[in-house]
Amino acid sequence: MEILAVFPPLFAFLIAGLFGKQIGDEGAQFVTCAGVILAAFCSCVLFFDVVFDSDVRTVMLASWISAGDFEVEWALRVDQLTAIMLCVINIVSACVHVYSIGYMAHDKSRARFMAYLSLFTFAMLMLVTADNLLQLFFGWEGVGLASYLLIGFWNHKESANKAAVKAFVVNRVGDFGLALGIMATFLVFGSVQFDEIFMKAPELATHTFNFLWWELHSLTVISLLLFMGAVGKSAQLGLHTWLPDAMEGPTPVSALIHAATMVTAGVFLLVRFSPVFEYAPFALQIVCITGATTAFVAATIGLTQFDIKRVIAYSTMSQLGYMFFAIGVSAYGAAIFHLMTHAFFKALLFLGAGSVIHAMSDEQDMRKMGGLWKLIPTTYVLMWIGSLALAGLPFFAGYYSKDMILEAAFADHSWFGMYAFWMGIAAAFMTAFYSWRLILLTFHGKPRASKKVMDHVHESPSVMLSPLIVLATGAILAGSVFYGGFVGSASEEGHSNDIVSESEFVNIWDKEHFWGESIKVLPENDTIEAAHHVPVWVKKLPIVMALFGILLAYLIYMWCEGIAQKLAGKIAPLYKLSFNKWYFDELYDRLFVKNVWCIGRGFSVGDKKIIDGMGPDGVAGASMQTARILSRFQSGYLYQYAFVMIIGLIGIISWFAYKMMLGS
Amino acid sequence: MIDFPILSLMTALPLIGALFIFLIRGGAETVARNAKFTAFYTSTFTFVLSLYLLGRFDGSTADFQFVEQADWFPSLGISYHMGVDGISVFFVALSAFLTPLCILASWNSIKTRVKEYMIAFLVLETMMIGTFCALDSMLFYVFFEGVLIPMFLIIGVWGGPRRVYSAFKFFLYTLLGSVLMLLALLTLYVEVGTTDIQTLIENPVARDLQMWLWLAFFASFAVKMPMWPVHTWLPDAHVEAPTAGSVILAGVLLKMGGYGFLRFSLPMFPEASLYFADFVYWLSVVAIIYTSLVALVQEDMKKLIAYSSVAHMGFVTLGIFTATIEGIEGGIFQMISHGVISAALFLSVGVIYDRLHTRDIARYGGLVKNMPKYAVVFMVFMLGSVGLPGTSGFVGEFLSLLAAFSVDTTVALFATTGIVLGALYMLMLYKRVMFGTQDNEDAAQMLDLSPREVGIFVPLVLLVIFLGVFPNFVMDRISPSVDKLHGQYMAGLQVPDMQVLNVEPAAGEGDNYE
Repeated sequence: MEILAVFPPLFAFLIAGLFGKQIGDEGAQFVTCAGVILAAFCSCVLFFDVVFDSDVRTVMLASWISAGDFEVEWALRVDQLTAIMLCVINIVSACVHVYSIGYMAHDKSRARFMAYLSLFTFAMLMLVTADNLLQLFFGWEGVGLASYLLIGFWNHKESANKAAVKAFVVNRVGDFGLALGIMATFLVFGSVQFDEIFMKAPELATHTFNFLWWELHSLTVISLLLFMGAVGKSAQLGLHTWLPDAMEGPTPVSALIHAATMVTAGVFLLVRFSPVFEYAPFALQIVCITGATTAFVAATIGLTQFDIKRVIAYSTMSQLGYMFFAIGVSAYGAAIFHLMTHAFFKALLFLGAGSVIHAMSDEQDMRKMGGLWKLIPTTYVLMWIGSLALAGLPFFAGYYSKDMILEAAFADHSWFGMYAFWMGIAAAFMTAFYSWRLILLTFHGKPRASKKVMDHVHESPSVMLSPLIVLATGAILAGSVFYGGFVGSASEEGHSNDIVSESEFVNIWDKEHFWGESIKVLPENDTIEAAHHVPVWVKKLPIVMALFGILLAYLIYMWCEGIAQKLAGKIAPLYKLSFNKWYFDELYDRLFVKNVWCIGRGFSVGDKKIIDGMGPDGVAGASMQTARILSRFQSGYLYQYAFVMIIGLIGIISWFAYKMMLGS
Repeated sequence: MIDFPILSLMTALPLIGALFIFLIRGGAETVARNAKFTAFYTSTFTFVLSLYLLGRFDGSTADFQFVEQADWFPSLGISYHMGVDGISVFFVALSAFLTPLCILASWNSIKTRVKEYMIAFLVLETMMIGTFCALDSMLFYVFFEGVLIPMFLIIGVWGGPRRVYSAFKFFLYTLLGSVLMLLALLTLYVEVGTTDIQTLIENPVARDLQMWLWLAFFASFAVKMPMWPVHTWLPDAHVEAPTAGSVILAGVLLKMGGYGFLRFSLPMFPEASLYFADFVYWLSVVAIIYTSLVALVQEDMKKLIAYSSVAHMGFVTLGIFTATIEGIEGGIFQMISHGVISAALFLSVGVIYDRLHTRDIARYGGLVKNMPKYAVVFMVFMLGSVGLPGTSGFVGEFLSLLAAFSVDTTVALFATTGIVLGALYMLMLYKRVMFGTQDNEDAAQMLDLSPREVGIFVPLVLLVIFLGVFPNFVMDRISPSVDKLHGQYMAGLQVPDMQVLNVEPAAGEGDNYE
């Protein structure tokens, strides 16, 4: 069963990738969709097995590397956390696979596209089922590769190629940290197996080791290095610049990889390592601050972008920030809860945007849209659902998870928790604003596209809409249904302890039981528990802010035409800062990109001039020079030779004379 | 064990083939054709033998296997002593594996003096296999140096426009190092009284002498490796060498340096190895960063890959001199993997060089459109070079870094930047060659891989992935030997003045160093 939940996409990839020509596009589409749907089905079965029966298991496949004390195996570890991830990945992936049949219908290399999607799915599954850090790294790099291939899928476009390379390389900067983290883990724990690491972590809570000239707290160093990997993969502030550019890839890719699954790998990694992070409070602070800042900054950038996909991309970044600061306050369950609901509604939004772009003949600029709601009503409704869930309006999925995170941050009662809370509240306001800005610019107002484009506008085929409906169902229900299990409290109203002990079923919907051993929270850090007891205003504030955001969006983009430009002029510096994405790209270009090339060129010349100049060429030159000088002596004149001989003789004689004098 | 002298057979067979080719007479056409076929069959048969060797190799022991010994210069105690252990057996196989591929790759691209070319290649194969099998230091030296001659000719005769400069640079650089090694070998002989490698290992010399000898060996192996800053011969040699020459150069010749460290420096001079370890680490780190940056700005494909080789070899030296089991195994694995990947990359460059006769990156672009098969193949090798987990490139690199981290975190930190830079230059190369618009008409009209070329690449692709997913195929076989080597190294450190018990020195003098 575990194998069936992970490997079908690999075989689908191989078949579609190698024999795409032979089986044709339809064949490739069938194989890949069948593969991932099978995997999705199996992972749902696994979910029930693992979560309801607490049947945690690890399947050993083969040994991978064994060198000295370093032993690593290929294995599938299925616990509660993995089971949830498996379901999320496979279900979203299945939706995206099916959707792609319609979206990519006019593309020439459909088989290749489907193969890449399956490759991605496989790598992601390997990542979440890893039972050791190295296999996780395998999946981690594998999804990076798939992301690289898919961003650059339209490889005739220079911008797409650049974005692909950028994504891979920036991710590698994060991987640099992750790789070092793995090495440090091995050094400190003597193993990279999760079970062993987590077992030993409490004993090593005060362990220190020498890292870069300093004696540092081991678990903090490890946690921060792993976090660096997560920052890269999950596009947190500092290493986020690749994510917006990644929107060069086809839209289904953005939905699957750059919203629902791959970018959440960082969150997964940190939650998986909760038994280590719990003993590294400083690392948690850093995670919390980074996450909160990202949530805020990304939201501000999202306010002013015009590319429909980039708006959603920044929104993704911002939501990932929420997940990170949830981790920072030890609310791991809430982070994964938000990861799941976010996967549904963000994939929905992206695919909805794809449907819009499809209808608009590949136009992505919202300034050239408008007035579409009557023409594509289904997409319109679905986008509303997605946006409501994103903004966290009551009874939609985002409401449960996002509010939980904010409450947990508040309940942490630490300065960084408060920082995260207020940043999160501000981001929630902006999220609502830019979501409705997107809806209003795209669907309302007068059509701003050319007549030719407008005549072409059509609702997407059912093969594209049906996956959207599945996702929409998730976006509506995932929050309320799973609330109890992910973050619910046994002591909450209606779930009092007496009932728990009486009924098996209620017991399952208690977070302690639900997560089993897969997440570890020290009792004093249990912010989720505390979050159930925060003041009412904390619980209501996010909704109020969201409603304000929506109202403001209506005010600016619906009721008072033209006010948007005026406002932008009034706060020009701020507007520019936001519009230019806080100048991160420019800064990095100045700081790193240019210099790296400069140094490279310098070294290249150094090779020629200095090393060769002093080394072989220099020696060769010098010996030529010496030979030339020496050759002057070979003049052929007898008197010259005789003269030299006499000088030599005199020299020798005087030398001996000198020695004899010394001796006597 | 098998009852026929398989190692001698593998070493001699190419030479016999070369002799056959030498004797071929007839019209130029026929000679060329027969020479090619003879070379191909001979090397293929050698490869089959090497598979047999691998199959019969007993991975559970650290002893030398398939040992042959015969007197050579009995008066001096020098003998013809051959044998393989876990450390060398894969290099023998690698040499035997790459030679037929090289001959196939030269099939159409070598048009002049085909007969001589094939002879040179077969002689080269003999020398390579001999180097990895030799268990007598003089025999080793003969093979080790013998490699230079055919390689010098291959670059100098069939190379590009600046072939003579490059060939001489290659020759002089390596010869300079080798002369010092010869001196060191002679000193060892005088000191210990034998040229037998095993005996030499068991009888370490005094600490002060170790230092000098270590440096002398280092001069030779560091040039071969090549380590920064004595790497500058490599890019030139690669650029000018014909494709197959580059393949052997990168695939096998560079490994002789690493092999030498493992066979001589580490077990014979453990104290010196420890003493100089920091020095080697930092040279390796500089090599990794410096050459990666240089690779980034290259406009010549072969030069780029040549510089990347230097960077990859940096991981090898780093791993070996950590003198931990993980590091040594990582270093060996990295060499094997690099042998396959860099060879494959040079073959890939050869494919388009054969078609367009330029190595200038800017002259290509958008090849994915007209050469999809080629694009896939190149992608696999590119990823291997980048060190993506699941390809062979990852395992060695990671183990070396892991070992480095356990001895010096700072070194590991700097060396790990190599994984970022490595990705950068390889992806840029791939992007510029494969993707983008097709601006060059002639490049856009190139044909995809021919069946012959597919035949060359398929085994390489499979090997890169196989070794990445199941590296233990190699690890299991090398680990007893590495354990033993590690044991020898540790023993050498614990008992510093063991040479008192040793064999009497053959000659009284020569103790100048003490």
